[in-house]
Amino acid sequence: MNLQLHHLEILVVALGIIILMAEAFFPRERKSFLGWIAIGGLLAIFGLLFVAEPATGDEISRAYASDRIAKFFKGFTLIITALVILMAIDYKKVLSRFTENPGREDGIAEYFALPLFACAGMMWMASAKDLVTAFAALELTTITFYILVAYMRRNVGSLEAGIKYLILGALSTGFLVYGIAWIYGGTGSMNLEVISTVLDEQMATETRTAILFGLALILVALAFKVGAAPMHLWIPDVYQGAPTPTTTFLSVGSKAVGFIVALRILQPFLDSELTKNNAVIILSIIAAATLLIGNLAAIAQTNLKRLLAYSSIANAGFILLAVAAWQPASENALSSPQVVAIYLATYLVMTVAAFFALQSIAQSTGTESIASLAGLGKTHPALAWTLTIIFAALAGLPLTVGFIGKFFAFGVAVKAGLWLPVIVAFIGVTAGFYYYFKVIRTMFWNPSANGPEIYLSPITKAVVYPSAALIIILGVYAQPLLDLVGA
Amino acid sequence: MFDQLPFLLILLALPLVALVGIIAGGPAKSLALIASLGSFGIALISAIVWQQQGDSSLGAFEYQVLSKPEITLALGLPDAMSVILVLLTTIVTLAAIMASRCPEGRERLWFSSILLISVGALGAFLSTDLFFFYAFHELALIPTFLMIGMLGKGDRKEAAWKITLYLAFGSIVLLAGLLWLVGASGSSSLLFSELLASPIDPAAQKGIAALLLIGFGTLVSLFPFHSWAAPAYASAPTPIAMLHAGVLKKFGLYGLFRLYPMVSEGLKPWLTLLIILLLANILWVGFVTLNQKRLDGMLANSSVMHMGYIFLAFAALIAAESTIANPLALPAATLLMFGHGISIALLFALSDQIEGKTGTLTMANLGGLGKSTPALCFLFGLAGMASIGLPGLANFAGEAAVFLSGFKNWTYTEPLGPVQIATIIAIFGVVISAIYMLRAIRQIFQGSPVSITENVADLTLKEKAPALLLSLALLAVGIYPNLLLQLFQRQTVQPSPVLVESASPATSETALLINESR
Repeated sequence: MNLQLHHLEILVVALGIIILMAEAFFPRERKSFLGWIAIGGLLAIFGLLFVAEPATGDEISRAYASDRIAKFFKGFTLIITALVILMAIDYKKVLSRFTENPGREDGIAEYFALPLFACAGMMWMASAKDLVTAFAALELTTITFYILVAYMRRNVGSLEAGIKYLILGALSTGFLVYGIAWIYGGTGSMNLEVISTVLDEQMATETRTAILFGLALILVALAFKVGAAPMHLWIPDVYQGAPTPTTTFLSVGSKAVGFIVALRILQPFLDSELTKNNAVIILSIIAAATLLIGNLAAIAQTNLKRLLAYSSIANAGFILLAVAAWQPASENALSSPQVVAIYLATYLVMTVAAFFALQSIAQSTGTESIASLAGLGKTHPALAWTLTIIFAALAGLPLTVGFIGKFFAFGVAVKAGLWLPVIVAFIGVTAGFYYYFKVIRTMFWNPSANGPEIYLSPITKAVVYPSAALIIILGVYAQPLLDLVGA
Repeated sequence: MFDQLPFLLILLALPLVALVGIIAGGPAKSLALIASLGSFGIALISAIVWQQQGDSSLGAFEYQVLSKPEITLALGLPDAMSVILVLLTTIVTLAAIMASRCPEGRERLWFSSILLISVGALGAFLSTDLFFFYAFHELALIPTFLMIGMLGKGDRKEAAWKITLYLAFGSIVLLAGLLWLVGASGSSSLLFSELLASPIDPAAQKGIAALLLIGFGTLVSLFPFHSWAAPAYASAPTPIAMLHAGVLKKFGLYGLFRLYPMVSEGLKPWLTLLIILLLANILWVGFVTLNQKRLDGMLANSSVMHMGYIFLAFAALIAAESTIANPLALPAATLLMFGHGISIALLFALSDQIEGKTGTLTMANLGGLGKSTPALCFLFGLAGMASIGLPGLANFAGEAAVFLSGFKNWTYTEPLGPVQIATIIAIFGVVISAIYMLRAIRQIFQGSPVSITENVADLTLKEKAPALLLSLALLAVGIYPNLLLQLFQRQTVQPSPVLVESASPATSETALLINESR
């Protein structure tokens, strides 16, 4: 039998079960090696991604897309999962401090296995072109995340974050199912390809309204996933309370697949002339609100993790800007899905680097406040300049990948003539300069506080420094990103 | 043989290589000195070769880094403005490195920042692609901000935060304008040559022009976006002040002149407003300068004030509607940019020496310094005279040309237009300059010595070297402005006295297109 694309998800689940079994049956003090096995397995599956053939067979191909964008997001998911597990290995001291047997690595490999199940769900989401499969995959991911967020059971912050995420997650699931029901009622199908053809046919105004109502409900659920207004309220608290690897996973992985699902579900509505305007208006409003809230609220933050949480909301706003613009690919411009993919790829590099550095610094200083970075420019110039590159990239400075993503997002939005959201986005960028440079300012201009010595673990160094290099290289020579999305 | 080499790439790479060397732990000052000397040499030779061959593709380098839209790492010397500003950058960088009094133990940071700013400025002036033109300037701003905040004096943090926010704001407004410009032109490539060949709908031009004026204007400290400049220069470490006030600030003016043909229609509605603002630069900031008690504050404000003259040349260009109708404006502005860049760098370098020798820059506390330091006194006097606009020094040539460009195309039978009135008012700015500069020289160097100015050692040869380099440039261009102006004469048919057809081939073609279509 040939290796087909959907077999990869099965492999990832199998890998997760193996790790879980090993955790249960190999009572060993040191559990890091299971994490390394998981990373190795993920990388092997990432390699298989290039040789796997498209899914064939009537049943599977009806609900499962094997297109380029699906492959891109599968690869994206595999890489971010591997990085999250790598960070978890680095973070295990903190994790084990708040479990049943504090200080022992008993049960820590659960934290290596769970991201694998979430990964399988996210990979499936990248291909889902049927509302039911999308829903099932989304739930697999979300339920895994409930555990991952509240993993540090003896830590109040983590528990609080878990509860908040659970309640709002359950609420958004309700919205999603309800929305799917409305759309099914209006179109008579769960399959997005069928829905696409139905939308172009003549239908009663009431039916169209019903379908659009369903879409609005689904958008609420997806806004929860990607962290867009008005469903962004959970983000700061959950990001701050959750273990940092989970935060990274939520911030990059969960957001990315939220967008791929959004793109797939929105595509029929944005392609159809009859529903396009309504969808664009809703999306523009969400984008503008998200940009405004994320960027303006970030200004006041003093906790670095919380700052990154708001920055994650702000970035969702920029991506939504590209979605709302909905441009087809043309000779000299990218299509909206391609822009979203590129933006998320750049976002992955910057955010993972920032969170890696954050967790290592927080482990050595015991605090996540921005003030703990004071004087870093003098005490650790190499680290300070690396962080400067990362934060400058997040601010969107040219010659970094951060600029490339924003450049394309603005490009499609200007082309679509979404002037109001574009103006709001420029205000957002200005605010972004302010709060990201506040971090840089603290590192270089303030005298160092006599706190504990900042120390980067070898794993963090091995991720952060190459990421910073990648930020510059791709910022100057961005063609590989274009090739990656087939532009 | 020289013109076969991709020497512009070498010019840009040289400071970068030295930068890597310094980060890797090499001897900071020597590496920086060698690199800047090499850059200066290459820039000088390329200016000479460029003048002789008149080839705008001389030493050009192109490498496409992105296909949709086409972004190209393109370096070139498309016209005389680029040649002169590149020359200015390398001279000031060399002087800044030589004049540095680096705090103990911070050599690596100090010299690598200077080199990074230099790379950014060179890259911006050499880039013939809009993306890299913008990006290189941003690159230069980062070390500028950080250095002011880290190693500045006085209210360094506040001044640094102010310049960061103002210039970030300016850059973003500029970015919005540039994106709009690219979108409206419909060009798939961001090369200047391609952009300048794609005309923009006049309706869109007005908005683009407004954004460009605010964006570039903030970067050049155009009134009312100027208030970052004085505190920043006053508290910046000397080489940073020299480089930013002397070189980097010219980026905004360079950008306006470079992109002018694309938005020539859109700029016209803003002409009156621009004239009011530039007069505010000259008069308002001029009066502020008069009131300064410290030398560094005075120099910083005077630098803001003198930007008004260069904007005057730009206003003359807008009024004339093309570089062909007013061929004087661009050379005049470029000449003044060069003169101002050199003289302000020299003044900052010398004021640093004064502070180092006496411990203060408060002018009332100084006096009689000229007795013990005749060389310092002479050089400062020379730079001060240049800044006022005394004939025989580069600034005079520039200012005179700017005033002439204001009256270009005007005959005495016509009533005075806004540009002519502005020019007449602006001439009084020279009087303001003379008052504050002469007063400063009197207060610092003349009169009877006070305790802190007695027995001060004069400049050593090492301290003189950068000042002499800059003075030489001021004198050479001042006595024989044709050194620079003949660069503008290249490729012209009719023999014309001093100042003639100015624009690059691409620019004049577009200007012709616009004229024909009218």
